Amino acid sequence: MSFAAELTISLLLILGGVFILVGSFGLLRLKDLYVRLHAPTKATTLGLGGVLAGSMVYMFDLQGYATIKEILITVFLVITAPVTAHILAKVAMHHQVKTMDRTRNKEHVEQAREQLPPHQDSEQSTKYGQE
Amino acid sequence: MLDITVIAVAIMICLALILNLWRLFLGPHIVDRILALDTMYINSIALILLYGIYNRTGLYFEAALLIAMLGFVSSVAFGKYLLRGDIIE
Amino acid sequence: MSMVSKVLPLPLHSVTLLIVWLALNASIGLGHILLGTALGIIIPLLCKPLRMPEAPVKRPLKVISYIAIVAKDILVANVQVALLVVGPMRNIKPGFVAVPLDLPNIFPITVLASTVTMTPGTVSCEISSDKKWLYVHVLNMPDDEQEIIDFIKQRYEARIKEIFAC
Repeated sequence: MSFAAELTISLLLILGGVFILVGSFGLLRLKDLYVRLHAPTKATTLGLGGVLAGSMVYMFDLQGYATIKEILITVFLVITAPVTAHILAKVAMHHQVKTMDRTRNKEHVEQAREQLPPHQDSEQSTKYGQE
Repeated sequence: MLDITVIAVAIMICLALILNLWRLFLGPHIVDRILALDTMYINSIALILLYGIYNRTGLYFEAALLIAMLGFVSSVAFGKYLLRGDIIE
Repeated sequence: MSMVSKVLPLPLHSVTLLIVWLALNASIGLGHILLGTALGIIIPLLCKPLRMPEAPVKRPLKVISYIAIVAKDILVANVQVALLVVGPMRNIKPGFVAVPLDLPNIFPITVLASTVTMTPGTVSCEISSDKKWLYVHVLNMPDDEQEIIDFIKQRYEARIKEIFAC
């Protein structure tokens, strides 16, 4: 295996590993559930994408032809990760999970729980409240 | 060089799995636990791919694809149960 | 025509199934092509009653540029979120935003909600039952929430509207 291929694979794998670690670190570190949702759904997607890209380069180097299974896994994850995040956010709203103290526009949660449109005057009142 | 990199990245992912496990125990709400479990699924897919590179074989992609599908379906099933079984509908 | 549409109710899905089957087996032997064709005919026939009416993609070429933009945004989003996660906690200013939607159909709304979840510091949480408002949780709220709403509407929603021509 050539040095350039090894270097490319190593860089992609390390990139993926760093992002996976950061995503899991965020899952542990961040303070409330809605904020916590951000870290794993985004960081792990790119992290796994890096590992998959490294694996694809490696398999291409090993076998001489490209395998499409990595692309299948990537596409599957990119389609499903937002759905999982959306459903978990929905569940959190229905269970009235506590939000961080400095979360803004908290009144949207009450409206969103019942799937109602937002209060028209609420946006203005928060705008004035910030000033 | 590649073997060392693979082992180093595997250590990083194992560390990430331990952090997820910590969040799984810590809780506080059940949605946190589902989120931790979902992240663990994704991290274990990465671990399996690394094991494939380590063993110089492409045999483990099916396993990775299966874990991805089962992880997604089980997370959504947990979510649906919590949505329908408890408050509304 | 009606005969063809009876056997192949979802031609695009049939072709996709065949391609995925061949990719999974990593071969283009005759046996796999036959088996993949059989699966591509049978599975859409079984799945057809489950489907909801959805808007067709009117401009396929725009899809490619949209995917490129979203892929670039995903990369940027990952780096931003990673820096926020590792950095000090006081930098994180979360908040909720209600984004008004102009999309009439359920499939474009799904695409928009998924895009919003994958891109910089936003997770779509809930949709109002009249399909006019999308509630979004923002990781790092700018002082003026209108910025986020305008960003989502101009960058993603306008392009989705062009793709589905609605």
